[in-house]
Amino acid sequence: MNWNSPAEFFAMGGYALYVWGSFGVCALALALEPFLVNQRRTVILRSLRREALAEKLDKDPK
Amino acid sequence: MNNRVINWFRFASPSSFYPIAGKMIPWFWLLAAVFGAAGLWLSFFVAPTDAVQGEGYRIIFIHVPASWMSMFIYVVMAGWAGLGLALNARLSGMMAQALAPTGALMAFLSLWTGAFWGKPMWGTWWVWDARLTSELILFFLYLGFIALQAAIDDPRRADKAGAILVLVGVVNVPVIYFSVKWWNTLHQGSSVSMTKAPSMAMTMLWGMLLMALCFWMYSIAVALMRVRAIMLERERHTEWVKQLAEVKP
Amino acid sequence: MNAMLAVIRRDLLVAMRCKTEVLTALFFFVIVTSLFPLGIGPEPALLRKIAPGVLWVAALLATMLGLHRMFAADHADGTLEQMALSPAPLALLVAGKIVSHWLVSGLPLVLMAPILGIQFDLDAGALGVLMLALLLGTPLLSLIGAIGAALTLGVRGGGVLLSLLVLPLYVPALIFGAGAVQAQMAGLDVGGHLSLLAALLALAAFFAPWATTAALRIALE
Repeated sequence: MNWNSPAEFFAMGGYALYVWGSFGVCALALALEPFLVNQRRTVILRSLRREALAEKLDKDPK
Repeated sequence: MNNRVINWFRFASPSSFYPIAGKMIPWFWLLAAVFGAAGLWLSFFVAPTDAVQGEGYRIIFIHVPASWMSMFIYVVMAGWAGLGLALNARLSGMMAQALAPTGALMAFLSLWTGAFWGKPMWGTWWVWDARLTSELILFFLYLGFIALQAAIDDPRRADKAGAILVLVGVVNVPVIYFSVKWWNTLHQGSSVSMTKAPSMAMTMLWGMLLMALCFWMYSIAVALMRVRAIMLERERHTEWVKQLAEVKP
Repeated sequence: MNAMLAVIRRDLLVAMRCKTEVLTALFFFVIVTSLFPLGIGPEPALLRKIAPGVLWVAALLATMLGLHRMFAADHADGTLEQMALSPAPLALLVAGKIVSHWLVSGLPLVLMAPILGIQFDLDAGALGVLMLALLLGTPLLSLIGAIGAALTLGVRGGGVLLSLLVLPLYVPALIFGAGAVQAQMAGLDVGGHLSLLAALLALAAFFAPWATTAALRIALE
Protein backbone atom coordinates (compact mmCIF):
# COMPACT_ATOMS: atom_id res chain seq x y z
CA MET A 1 0.00 0.00 0.00
CA ASN A 2 1.32 3.36 -1.00
CA TRP A 3 -1.25 5.70 0.48
CA ASN A 4 -1.76 6.71 4.06
CA SER A 5 -5.15 8.29 3.47
CA PRO A 6 -7.73 8.86 0.74
CA ALA A 7 -6.67 12.50 0.67
CA GLU A 8 -3.14 11.46 -0.25
CA PHE A 9 -4.49 9.17 -2.94
CA PHE A 10 -6.46 11.95 -4.60
CA ALA A 11 -3.60 14.41 -4.28
CA MET A 12 -1.19 12.07 -6.09
CA GLY A 13 1.82 13.82 -4.60
CA GLY A 14 0.92 17.08 -6.30
CA TYR A 15 0.36 15.54 -9.71
CA ALA A 16 -3.38 15.25 -9.24
CA LEU A 17 -4.30 17.35 -12.26
CA TYR A 18 -2.16 15.30 -14.58
CA VAL A 19 -2.84 11.84 -13.26
CA TRP A 20 -6.57 12.32 -12.83
CA GLY A 21 -6.75 14.39 -16.01
CA SER A 22 -5.37 11.39 -17.85
CA PHE A 23 -7.19 8.57 -16.08
CA GLY A 24 -10.38 10.64 -16.03
CA VAL A 25 -10.42 11.33 -19.75
CA CYS A 26 -9.59 7.70 -20.47
CA ALA A 27 -12.40 6.47 -18.26
CA LEU A 28 -14.75 8.93 -19.89
CA ALA A 29 -13.72 7.89 -23.39
CA LEU A 30 -13.92 4.18 -22.64
CA ALA A 31 -17.42 4.66 -21.23
CA LEU A 32 -18.60 7.02 -23.95
CA GLU A 33 -17.54 4.85 -26.87
CA PRO A 34 -19.62 1.76 -26.01
CA PHE A 35 -22.52 4.06 -25.16
CA LEU A 36 -22.34 5.64 -28.61
CA VAL A 37 -22.07 2.26 -30.31
CA ASN A 38 -25.11 1.09 -28.38
CA GLN A 39 -26.90 4.23 -29.50
CA ARG A 40 -26.02 3.37 -33.09
CA ARG A 41 -27.43 -0.12 -32.59
CA THR A 42 -30.66 1.22 -31.07
CA VAL A 43 -31.19 3.60 -33.97
CA ILE A 44 -30.78 0.93 -36.64
CA LEU A 45 -32.91 -1.57 -34.75
CA ARG A 46 -35.67 0.97 -34.35
CA SER A 47 -35.58 1.68 -38.07
CA LEU A 48 -35.56 -2.03 -38.94
CA ARG A 49 -38.44 -2.80 -36.59
CA ARG A 50 -40.48 -0.02 -38.10
CA GLU A 51 -39.82 -1.37 -41.57
CA ALA A 52 -40.72 -4.90 -40.53
CA LEU A 53 -43.94 -3.69 -38.95
CA ALA A 54 -44.84 -1.72 -42.06
CA GLU A 55 -44.23 -4.76 -44.23
CA LYS A 56 -46.32 -6.92 -41.94
CA LEU A 57 -49.20 -4.44 -41.97
CA ASP A 58 -48.97 -4.19 -45.74
CA LYS A 59 -49.38 -7.93 -46.12
CA ASP A 60 -51.94 -8.39 -43.39
CA PRO A 61 -53.81 -5.15 -42.69
CA LYS A 62 -55.90 -6.59 -39.88
CA MET B 1 -5.21 -27.02 -37.87
CA ASN B 2 -7.35 -28.03 -40.85
CA ASN B 3 -10.48 -27.95 -38.72
CA ARG B 4 -9.74 -24.39 -37.65
CA VAL B 5 -9.51 -23.21 -41.27
CA ILE B 6 -12.75 -24.85 -42.31
CA ASN B 7 -14.60 -23.51 -39.27
CA TRP B 8 -13.42 -19.99 -39.99
CA PHE B 9 -14.76 -19.94 -43.54
CA ARG B 10 -18.12 -21.09 -42.30
CA PHE B 11 -18.28 -17.99 -40.12
CA ALA B 12 -17.16 -15.65 -42.90
CA SER B 13 -20.67 -14.55 -43.72
CA PRO B 14 -22.31 -11.79 -41.72
CA SER B 15 -25.35 -13.93 -41.01
CA SER B 16 -23.30 -16.58 -39.20
CA PHE B 17 -20.94 -14.18 -37.50
CA TYR B 18 -23.65 -11.89 -36.08
CA PRO B 19 -24.95 -14.29 -33.40
CA ILE B 20 -21.46 -15.52 -32.53
CA ALA B 21 -20.22 -11.99 -32.05
CA GLY B 22 -23.23 -11.32 -29.87
CA LYS B 23 -22.37 -14.25 -27.61
CA MET B 24 -18.67 -13.29 -27.38
CA ILE B 25 -19.19 -9.65 -26.44
CA PRO B 26 -20.12 -10.15 -22.75
CA TRP B 27 -17.10 -12.41 -22.25
CA PHE B 28 -14.73 -9.79 -23.59
CA TRP B 29 -16.30 -7.16 -21.35
CA LEU B 30 -15.77 -9.49 -18.41
CA LEU B 31 -12.13 -10.04 -19.31
CA ALA B 32 -11.65 -6.31 -19.77
CA ALA B 33 -13.13 -5.66 -16.33
CA VAL B 34 -10.97 -8.32 -14.67
CA PHE B 35 -7.73 -7.20 -16.30
CA GLY B 36 -8.66 -3.58 -15.69
CA ALA B 37 -9.33 -4.10 -12.03
CA ALA B 38 -6.10 -6.03 -11.56
CA GLY B 39 -4.14 -3.52 -13.61
CA LEU B 40 -5.51 -0.49 -11.78
CA TRP B 41 -4.88 -2.10 -8.43
CA LEU B 42 -1.26 -2.72 -9.38
CA SER B 43 -0.94 0.74 -10.88
CA PHE B 44 -2.14 2.61 -7.84
CA PHE B 45 -1.62 0.39 -4.84
CA VAL B 46 1.33 -1.85 -5.53
CA ALA B 47 3.67 -0.05 -7.88
CA PRO B 48 5.97 2.15 -5.78
CA THR B 49 6.44 5.89 -6.10
CA ASP B 50 9.15 6.77 -8.57
CA ALA B 51 12.22 8.50 -7.20
CA VAL B 52 12.49 10.99 -10.07
CA GLN B 53 8.96 11.44 -11.39
CA GLY B 54 6.96 11.07 -8.18
CA GLU B 55 3.39 9.98 -8.63
CA GLY B 56 3.12 11.58 -12.07
CA TYR B 57 4.68 8.58 -13.77
CA ARG B 58 1.54 6.53 -13.12
CA ILE B 59 0.13 7.93 -16.33
CA ILE B 60 2.37 5.41 -18.04
CA PHE B 61 -0.14 2.72 -17.06
CA ILE B 62 -2.62 4.07 -19.55
CA HIS B 63 -0.37 5.94 -21.96
CA VAL B 64 1.62 2.91 -23.02
CA PRO B 65 -1.37 0.54 -23.38
CA ALA B 66 -3.21 3.17 -25.44
CA SER B 67 -0.18 3.58 -27.74
CA TRP B 68 0.27 -0.15 -28.12
CA MET B 69 -3.41 -0.61 -28.94
CA SER B 70 -3.46 2.21 -31.47
CA MET B 71 -0.64 0.55 -33.38
CA PHE B 72 -1.93 -2.98 -32.91
CA ILE B 73 -5.43 -2.08 -34.10
CA TYR B 74 -3.99 -0.47 -37.22
CA VAL B 75 -2.10 -3.65 -38.06
CA VAL B 76 -5.20 -5.76 -37.42
CA MET B 77 -7.21 -3.42 -39.65
CA ALA B 78 -4.59 -3.92 -42.34
CA GLY B 79 -4.91 -7.67 -41.88
CA TRP B 80 -8.67 -7.58 -42.28
CA ALA B 81 -8.28 -5.23 -45.24
CA GLY B 82 -5.84 -7.54 -46.99
CA LEU B 83 -8.09 -10.52 -46.33
CA GLY B 84 -11.09 -8.60 -47.64
CA LEU B 85 -9.31 -7.67 -50.85
CA ALA B 86 -7.95 -11.18 -51.37
CA LEU B 87 -11.18 -13.04 -50.64
CA ASN B 88 -13.62 -10.31 -51.68
CA ALA B 89 -15.39 -10.83 -48.36
CA ARG B 90 -17.88 -8.30 -46.98
CA LEU B 91 -17.23 -9.22 -43.36
CA SER B 92 -13.54 -8.32 -43.50
CA GLY B 93 -14.41 -4.86 -44.75
CA MET B 94 -16.96 -4.48 -41.98
CA MET B 95 -14.41 -5.51 -39.34
CA ALA B 96 -11.91 -2.93 -40.62
CA GLN B 97 -14.66 -0.32 -40.58
CA ALA B 98 -15.61 -1.33 -37.03
CA LEU B 99 -12.04 -1.14 -35.72
CA ALA B 100 -11.14 2.28 -37.10
CA PRO B 101 -12.95 4.54 -34.61
CA THR B 102 -11.62 2.53 -31.66
CA GLY B 103 -8.10 2.73 -33.05
CA ALA B 104 -8.47 6.47 -33.57
CA LEU B 105 -9.71 6.83 -30.00
CA MET B 106 -6.67 4.91 -28.70
CA ALA B 107 -4.37 7.16 -30.71
CA PHE B 108 -6.12 10.22 -29.28
CA LEU B 109 -5.84 8.88 -25.71
CA SER B 110 -2.17 8.18 -26.31
CA LEU B 111 -1.65 11.78 -27.40
CA TRP B 112 -3.74 13.20 -24.55
CA THR B 113 -2.04 11.16 -21.84
CA GLY B 114 1.30 11.89 -23.47
CA ALA B 115 0.64 15.62 -23.19
CA PHE B 116 -0.51 15.27 -19.57
CA TRP B 117 2.62 13.32 -18.80
CA GLY B 118 4.87 15.75 -20.61
CA LYS B 119 3.60 18.88 -18.91
CA PRO B 120 4.76 18.11 -15.37
CA MET B 121 7.88 16.27 -16.55
CA TRP B 122 9.23 18.54 -19.25
CA GLY B 123 7.24 21.73 -18.73
CA THR B 124 5.36 21.81 -22.03
CA TRP B 125 2.04 20.31 -23.11
CA TRP B 126 3.54 19.03 -26.32
CA VAL B 127 6.98 17.65 -27.06
CA TRP B 128 8.09 16.78 -30.55
CA ASP B 129 9.41 13.48 -29.33
CA ALA B 130 9.65 10.72 -31.94
CA ARG B 131 7.00 8.52 -30.36
CA LEU B 132 4.41 11.28 -29.87
CA THR B 133 4.99 12.72 -33.32
CA SER B 134 4.60 9.32 -34.97
CA GLU B 135 1.48 8.78 -32.87
CA LEU B 136 0.09 12.07 -34.17
CA ILE B 137 0.66 10.97 -37.75
CA LEU B 138 -0.94 7.60 -36.99
CA PHE B 139 -3.96 9.53 -35.68
CA PHE B 140 -4.11 11.38 -39.01
CA LEU B 141 -3.93 8.07 -40.85
CA TYR B 142 -6.93 6.82 -38.86
CA LEU B 143 -8.86 10.01 -39.57
CA GLY B 144 -8.04 9.73 -43.27
CA PHE B 145 -9.39 6.18 -43.37
CA ILE B 146 -12.61 7.16 -41.59
CA ALA B 147 -13.04 10.23 -43.81
CA LEU B 148 -12.49 8.22 -47.00
CA GLN B 149 -15.05 5.60 -45.99
CA ALA B 150 -17.53 8.30 -45.01
CA ALA B 151 -17.13 10.06 -48.36
CA ILE B 152 -17.76 7.01 -50.53
CA ASP B 153 -21.41 6.03 -50.76
CA ASP B 154 -21.12 2.53 -52.18
CA PRO B 155 -20.12 0.30 -49.24
CA ARG B 156 -18.20 -2.23 -51.35
CA ARG B 157 -16.15 0.50 -52.98
CA ALA B 158 -15.62 2.11 -49.60
CA ASP B 159 -14.37 -1.24 -48.24
CA LYS B 160 -11.89 -1.75 -51.05
CA ALA B 161 -10.66 1.84 -51.22
CA GLY B 162 -10.23 1.88 -47.45
CA ALA B 163 -8.38 -1.42 -47.67
CA ILE B 164 -5.85 -0.04 -50.12
CA LEU B 165 -5.39 3.05 -47.97
CA VAL B 166 -4.76 0.97 -44.84
CA LEU B 167 -2.34 -1.34 -46.64
CA VAL B 168 -0.39 1.62 -48.02
CA GLY B 169 -0.49 3.12 -44.54
CA VAL B 170 0.71 0.02 -42.73
CA VAL B 171 3.72 -0.18 -45.01
CA ASN B 172 4.39 3.48 -44.35
CA VAL B 173 4.07 3.40 -40.56
CA PRO B 174 7.57 1.91 -39.99
CA VAL B 175 8.97 4.34 -42.58
CA ILE B 176 7.28 7.26 -40.86
CA TYR B 177 8.42 6.12 -37.43
CA PHE B 178 12.01 5.69 -38.59
CA SER B 179 12.10 9.05 -40.34
CA VAL B 180 10.57 10.84 -37.36
CA LYS B 181 13.04 9.15 -34.99
CA TRP B 182 15.92 10.28 -37.24
CA TRP B 183 14.48 13.81 -37.33
CA ASN B 184 14.06 13.81 -33.59
CA THR B 185 17.62 12.71 -32.76
CA LEU B 186 19.01 15.28 -35.18
CA HIS B 187 17.10 18.14 -33.66
CA GLN B 188 16.89 17.33 -30.00
CA GLY B 189 19.75 18.51 -27.89
CA SER B 190 18.71 16.81 -24.69
CA SER B 191 17.20 13.36 -24.53
CA VAL B 192 13.61 14.40 -24.15
CA SER B 193 11.91 11.13 -24.68
CA MET B 194 8.78 9.34 -23.63
CA THR B 195 10.70 6.10 -23.80
CA LYS B 196 12.70 7.14 -20.76
CA ALA B 197 10.31 5.54 -18.37
CA PRO B 198 11.55 4.91 -14.88
CA SER B 199 13.65 1.78 -14.76
CA MET B 200 10.97 -0.83 -14.71
CA ALA B 201 10.25 -2.44 -11.42
CA MET B 202 8.49 -5.75 -12.00
CA THR B 203 5.29 -4.39 -10.55
CA MET B 204 5.33 -1.50 -13.01
CA LEU B 205 5.80 -3.87 -15.93
CA TRP B 206 2.99 -6.07 -14.73
CA GLY B 207 0.75 -3.05 -14.25
CA MET B 208 1.37 -1.99 -17.84
CA LEU B 209 0.81 -5.48 -19.21
CA LEU B 210 -2.44 -5.95 -17.33
CA MET B 211 -3.75 -2.56 -18.46
CA ALA B 212 -2.68 -3.41 -22.03
CA LEU B 213 -4.67 -6.63 -21.84
CA CYS B 214 -7.62 -4.67 -20.44
CA PHE B 215 -7.47 -2.25 -23.36
CA TRP B 216 -7.17 -5.14 -25.79
CA MET B 217 -10.24 -6.94 -24.45
CA TYR B 218 -12.10 -3.65 -24.40
CA SER B 219 -11.20 -2.95 -28.03
CA ILE B 220 -12.40 -6.36 -29.12
CA ALA B 221 -15.66 -5.95 -27.21
CA VAL B 222 -16.39 -2.51 -28.67
CA ALA B 223 -15.33 -3.54 -32.19
CA LEU B 224 -17.64 -6.55 -32.07
CA MET B 225 -20.48 -4.34 -30.85
CA ARG B 226 -19.84 -1.90 -33.64
CA VAL B 227 -19.51 -4.55 -36.34
CA ARG B 228 -22.92 -5.92 -35.33
CA ALA B 229 -24.43 -2.45 -35.80
CA ILE B 230 -22.63 -2.13 -39.15
CA MET B 231 -23.95 -5.51 -40.24
CA LEU B 232 -27.49 -4.44 -39.42
CA GLU B 233 -27.04 -1.21 -41.36
CA ARG B 234 -25.44 -2.73 -44.43
CA GLU B 235 -27.43 -5.92 -44.62
CA ARG B 236 -30.78 -4.42 -43.73
CA HIS B 237 -32.52 -5.74 -46.83
CA THR B 238 -31.40 -9.33 -46.44
CA GLU B 239 -33.60 -12.13 -45.23
CA TRP B 240 -31.48 -13.07 -42.23
CA VAL B 241 -31.71 -9.57 -40.77
CA LYS B 242 -35.46 -9.52 -41.20
CA GLN B 243 -35.69 -12.82 -39.36
CA LEU B 244 -33.70 -11.65 -36.34
CA ALA B 245 -35.48 -11.83 -33.01
CA GLU B 246 -34.74 -8.20 -32.21
CA VAL B 247 -36.25 -7.09 -35.55
CA LYS B 248 -39.22 -9.36 -36.12
CA PRO B 249 -42.46 -7.65 -35.08
CA MET C 1 6.85 1.08 -73.22
CA ASN C 2 5.42 2.70 -76.31
CA ALA C 3 2.08 2.95 -74.61
CA MET C 4 3.67 4.73 -71.64
CA LEU C 5 5.46 7.21 -73.88
CA ALA C 6 2.24 7.82 -75.79
CA VAL C 7 0.43 8.63 -72.55
CA ILE C 8 3.21 10.99 -71.49
CA ARG C 9 3.20 12.76 -74.84
CA ARG C 10 -0.55 13.15 -74.76
CA ASP C 11 -0.63 14.52 -71.24
CA LEU C 12 2.15 16.99 -71.98
CA LEU C 13 0.29 18.14 -75.08
CA VAL C 14 -2.88 18.67 -73.07
CA ALA C 15 -0.96 20.52 -70.36
CA MET C 16 0.74 22.78 -72.90
CA ARG C 17 -2.61 23.67 -74.44
CA CYS C 18 -3.88 24.79 -71.08
CA LYS C 19 -0.86 26.31 -69.44
CA THR C 20 -2.80 28.17 -66.78
CA GLU C 21 -3.29 25.08 -64.63
CA VAL C 22 0.41 24.36 -64.64
CA LEU C 23 1.42 27.90 -63.93
CA THR C 24 -1.12 28.31 -61.13
CA ALA C 25 0.57 25.60 -59.08
CA LEU C 26 3.96 27.18 -59.73
CA PHE C 27 2.76 30.63 -58.66
CA PHE C 28 1.20 29.07 -55.60
CA PHE C 29 4.64 27.80 -54.70
CA VAL C 30 6.11 31.26 -55.15
CA ILE C 31 3.39 33.04 -53.23
CA VAL C 32 3.36 30.65 -50.29
CA THR C 33 7.12 30.86 -49.83
CA SER C 34 6.85 34.65 -49.92
CA LEU C 35 4.22 34.60 -47.20
CA PHE C 36 6.52 33.15 -44.58
CA PRO C 37 8.99 36.02 -44.36
CA LEU C 38 6.01 38.38 -44.30
CA GLY C 39 4.57 36.48 -41.39
CA ILE C 40 7.77 35.85 -39.47
CA GLY C 41 10.07 38.81 -40.16
CA PRO C 42 12.89 39.61 -42.56
CA GLU C 43 15.87 38.74 -40.40
CA PRO C 44 18.26 36.80 -42.66
CA ALA C 45 19.59 34.42 -40.03
CA LEU C 46 16.09 33.30 -39.07
CA LEU C 47 15.01 33.00 -42.69
CA ARG C 48 18.03 30.89 -43.54
CA LYS C 49 17.11 28.57 -40.70
CA ILE C 50 13.50 28.08 -41.73
CA ALA C 51 14.18 28.05 -45.48
CA PRO C 52 14.53 24.28 -46.02
CA GLY C 53 11.33 23.52 -44.13
CA VAL C 54 9.34 26.33 -45.68
CA LEU C 55 10.42 25.53 -49.23
CA TRP C 56 9.68 21.86 -48.77
CA VAL C 57 6.25 22.41 -47.21
CA ALA C 58 5.38 24.83 -50.00
CA ALA C 59 6.50 22.22 -52.55
CA LEU C 60 4.31 19.62 -50.83
CA LEU C 61 1.28 21.89 -50.91
CA ALA C 62 1.87 22.95 -54.51
CA THR C 63 2.16 19.30 -55.58
CA MET C 64 -1.03 18.47 -53.75
CA LEU C 65 -2.87 21.23 -55.58
CA GLY C 66 -2.30 19.47 -58.88
CA LEU C 67 -2.90 15.90 -57.77
CA HIS C 68 -6.59 15.66 -58.45
CA ARG C 69 -5.85 16.67 -62.02
CA MET C 70 -4.01 13.41 -62.59
CA PHE C 71 -7.08 11.32 -63.23
CA ALA C 72 -10.12 13.58 -62.90
CA ALA C 73 -10.20 14.95 -66.43
CA ASP C 74 -9.69 11.55 -68.02
CA HIS C 75 -12.25 9.99 -65.73
CA ALA C 76 -14.80 12.65 -66.67
CA ASP C 77 -14.58 12.10 -70.41
CA GLY C 78 -14.24 8.32 -70.34
CA THR C 79 -10.61 8.13 -71.40
CA LEU C 80 -9.71 6.40 -68.18
CA GLU C 81 -12.08 3.53 -68.88
CA GLN C 82 -10.59 3.18 -72.34
CA MET C 83 -7.17 2.95 -70.74
CA ALA C 84 -8.42 0.27 -68.39
CA LEU C 85 -9.77 -1.73 -71.31
CA SER C 86 -6.72 -1.35 -73.53
CA PRO C 87 -4.33 -4.26 -74.14
CA ALA C 88 -1.48 -2.31 -72.60
CA PRO C 89 -1.13 -3.03 -68.87
CA LEU C 90 -2.93 -0.36 -66.89
CA ALA C 91 -0.01 -0.10 -64.48
CA LEU C 92 2.20 1.04 -67.37
CA LEU C 93 -0.27 3.69 -68.48
CA VAL C 94 -0.64 4.85 -64.89
CA ALA C 95 3.15 5.10 -64.63
CA GLY C 96 3.02 7.28 -67.72
CA LYS C 97 0.45 9.55 -66.14
CA ILE C 98 2.55 9.87 -63.00
CA VAL C 99 5.65 10.76 -65.04
CA SER C 100 3.78 13.42 -66.98
CA HIS C 101 2.30 14.79 -63.74
CA TRP C 102 5.80 15.14 -62.35
CA LEU C 103 7.08 16.79 -65.53
CA VAL C 104 4.26 19.31 -65.38
CA SER C 105 3.98 19.88 -61.60
CA GLY C 106 7.20 18.71 -59.97
CA LEU C 107 9.97 19.68 -62.35
CA PRO C 108 9.00 23.37 -62.47
CA LEU C 109 9.22 23.40 -58.66
CA VAL C 110 12.74 21.99 -58.82
CA LEU C 111 13.75 24.69 -61.28
CA MET C 112 12.02 27.47 -59.34
CA ALA C 113 13.40 26.51 -55.94
CA PRO C 114 16.89 28.05 -56.23
CA ILE C 115 15.39 31.45 -57.08
CA LEU C 116 13.16 31.25 -54.02
CA GLY C 117 16.09 29.97 -52.00
CA ILE C 118 17.94 33.16 -52.74
CA GLN C 119 15.04 35.06 -51.17
CA PHE C 120 15.89 33.18 -47.99
CA ASP C 121 19.59 33.95 -48.25
CA LEU C 122 20.69 30.37 -48.84
CA ASP C 123 24.23 29.89 -50.11
CA ALA C 124 25.15 28.10 -53.33
CA GLY C 125 25.87 24.76 -51.66
CA ALA C 126 22.51 24.74 -49.91
CA LEU C 127 20.76 25.72 -53.13
CA GLY C 128 22.44 22.83 -54.92
CA VAL C 129 21.40 20.32 -52.30
CA LEU C 130 17.90 21.80 -52.29
CA MET C 131 17.56 21.23 -56.02
CA LEU C 132 18.91 17.71 -55.76
CA ALA C 133 16.64 16.86 -52.86
CA LEU C 134 13.61 18.25 -54.66
CA LEU C 135 14.65 16.40 -57.81
CA LEU C 136 14.51 13.17 -55.83
CA GLY C 137 11.56 14.20 -53.70
CA THR C 138 9.02 15.61 -56.16
CA PRO C 139 8.70 12.34 -58.15
CA LEU C 140 8.17 10.62 -54.80
CA LEU C 141 5.39 13.10 -54.04
CA SER C 142 3.77 12.45 -57.43
CA LEU C 143 3.96 8.70 -56.90
CA ILE C 144 2.41 8.71 -53.44
CA GLY C 145 -0.06 11.38 -54.48
CA ALA C 146 -1.23 9.24 -57.38
CA ILE C 147 -2.48 6.61 -54.93
CA GLY C 148 -4.50 9.25 -53.10
CA ALA C 149 -5.81 10.72 -56.36
CA ALA C 150 -6.98 7.30 -57.53
CA LEU C 151 -8.62 6.48 -54.19
CA THR C 152 -10.60 9.72 -54.11
CA LEU C 153 -11.56 9.72 -57.80
CA GLY C 154 -15.07 11.06 -58.17
CA VAL C 155 -15.58 11.14 -54.41
CA ARG C 156 -17.25 14.20 -52.92
CA GLY C 157 -15.00 16.44 -50.88
CA GLY C 158 -12.23 15.12 -53.10
CA GLY C 159 -9.59 17.82 -52.87
CA VAL C 160 -9.49 18.28 -49.11
CA LEU C 161 -9.96 14.57 -48.47
CA LEU C 162 -7.02 13.91 -50.77
CA SER C 163 -4.84 16.22 -48.69
CA LEU C 164 -5.86 14.49 -45.47
CA LEU C 165 -4.98 11.11 -46.95
CA VAL C 166 -1.73 12.04 -48.59
CA LEU C 167 -0.04 14.50 -46.23
CA PRO C 168 0.77 11.96 -43.49
CA LEU C 169 2.39 9.78 -46.13
CA TYR C 170 4.47 12.74 -47.30
CA VAL C 171 6.12 13.18 -43.91
CA PRO C 172 9.23 10.98 -44.56
CA ALA C 173 9.95 12.82 -47.81
CA LEU C 174 9.63 16.13 -45.99
CA ILE C 175 11.89 15.03 -43.16
CA PHE C 176 14.68 13.68 -45.34
CA GLY C 177 14.37 16.36 -48.01
CA ALA C 178 14.47 19.32 -45.64
CA GLY C 179 16.98 17.46 -43.47
CA ALA C 180 19.39 17.17 -46.38
CA VAL C 181 19.46 20.93 -46.90
CA GLN C 182 19.81 21.54 -43.17
CA ALA C 183 22.70 19.08 -43.01
CA GLN C 184 24.41 20.89 -45.86
CA MET C 185 23.96 24.21 -44.07
CA ALA C 186 25.36 22.73 -40.86
CA GLY C 187 28.36 21.30 -42.68
CA LEU C 188 27.32 17.70 -42.04
CA ASP C 189 27.13 14.83 -44.46
CA VAL C 190 24.26 15.05 -46.92
CA GLY C 191 24.68 11.58 -48.35
CA GLY C 192 22.58 9.82 -45.75
CA HIS C 193 19.50 11.95 -46.27
CA LEU C 194 19.73 11.85 -50.04
CA SER C 195 20.28 8.10 -50.16
CA LEU C 196 17.24 7.54 -47.97
CA LEU C 197 15.23 9.82 -50.21
CA ALA C 198 16.46 7.89 -53.23
CA ALA C 199 15.59 4.60 -51.54
CA LEU C 200 12.06 5.83 -50.81
CA LEU C 201 11.79 6.93 -54.43
CA ALA C 202 12.87 3.51 -55.67
CA LEU C 203 10.37 1.76 -53.38
CA ALA C 204 7.56 4.08 -54.39
CA ALA C 205 8.43 3.77 -58.09
CA PHE C 206 7.94 0.05 -57.73
CA PHE C 207 4.86 -0.10 -55.51
CA ALA C 208 2.89 3.08 -56.15
CA PRO C 209 1.83 2.42 -59.78
CA TRP C 210 0.61 -0.98 -58.67
CA ALA C 211 -1.40 0.40 -55.73
CA THR C 212 -2.71 3.23 -57.92
CA THR C 213 -3.87 0.77 -60.56
CA ALA C 214 -5.73 -1.27 -57.93
CA ALA C 215 -7.37 1.90 -56.62
CA LEU C 216 -8.33 2.97 -60.16
CA ARG C 217 -9.95 -0.36 -60.90
CA ILE C 218 -12.01 0.00 -57.74
CA ALA C 219 -13.02 3.51 -58.75
CA LEU C 220 -13.98 2.38 -62.23
CA GLU C 221 -16.11 -0.58 -61.18
